[in-house]
Amino acid sequence: MDDQLKVADMTFNSRLLVGTGKYKDFEETALAIETSGAQIVTVAVRRVNVSDPKAPMLTDFVDPKKYTYLPNTAGCFTAEDAVRTLRLAREAGGWDLVKLEVLSDPKYLWPNNPETLKAAELLIKDGFKVMVYTTDDPYLCKLYEEMGCVAVMPLAAPIGSGLGVCNPYTIRIIIEQASVPILVDAGVGTASDAAIAMELGCDGVLMNTAIAGAKDPIRMARAMKLAVEAGRDAFLAGRMEKKLYATASSPIDGKFF
Amino acid sequence: MQIKLNGESTEIPEKTTISQLLTQLQFTPDRVAVERNLEVAPRESYNTTELGEGDQIEIVHFIGGGAR
Repeated sequence: MDDQLKVADMTFNSRLLVGTGKYKDFEETALAIETSGAQIVTVAVRRVNVSDPKAPMLTDFVDPKKYTYLPNTAGCFTAEDAVRTLRLAREAGGWDLVKLEVLSDPKYLWPNNPETLKAAELLIKDGFKVMVYTTDDPYLCKLYEEMGCVAVMPLAAPIGSGLGVCNPYTIRIIIEQASVPILVDAGVGTASDAAIAMELGCDGVLMNTAIAGAKDPIRMARAMKLAVEAGRDAFLAGRMEKKLYATASSPIDGKFF
Repeated sequence: MQIKLNGESTEIPEKTTISQLLTQLQFTPDRVAVERNLEVAPRESYNTTELGEGDQIEIVHFIGGGAR
């Protein structure tokens, strides 16, 4: 079936995007990603360990030629830090598709929209293709689209909370008025959460902890792959109407009792 | 001379280029990115850019990270 995710000028068969953090080791990271079927993986930019130059690197296990690396700005609380981080990422990898995430506080890791807006403007001017993490505010999401972000990624719930889609109503409005891909980013806890996001009409789901934090991350990676596919199919198929009363599935005609 | 390398004061010879610094530290240039005094140092400049006294150098790479 020809149903691909299109972001900027790139197309992907998988609508599941995964983070590469929080795994036990690089082997588990690699296996979980492969099992998830994801083609886009988010990565962070950090200092090298100057005293251990031969330490294994993520790129040894997750091949940047096979996966689209999506550098993110996790841990940034200001526009300045985010822009600085992504400029370095572009130099390190040569990619201009990036995930912008600027946070406001360490407890809720809530998106910091004033700083995110500032950073998005600078990055877009500088030639970056910005996938932006934000709150599930329909007006803001539209603003990000209008300023030139290539995808808008509202949270389902706070990062790492696993609460699922807390506000399906706003997610639905955001999707309804968007003409760039809308991906739910953060807050997914289990397979049904991912399926619900996709059934609402999201173009994709981005998650990390839901897989890495499961007791069996590899099995959860598979569950998420199937959930995203199932949710997408259900959305495209168009669900039946909800009704207050029962409707029999078997015909009344021909009854012999 | 002294530079700040990833936040740590480090002694290096005068006129060390970025290339020489990376070689000395045993990092492969195409696996890292370098920032000098808050500006990205383009790869093409590694051979020619000589570091100066008090330069703040950051050497970074990609690590696992995500939506957390």
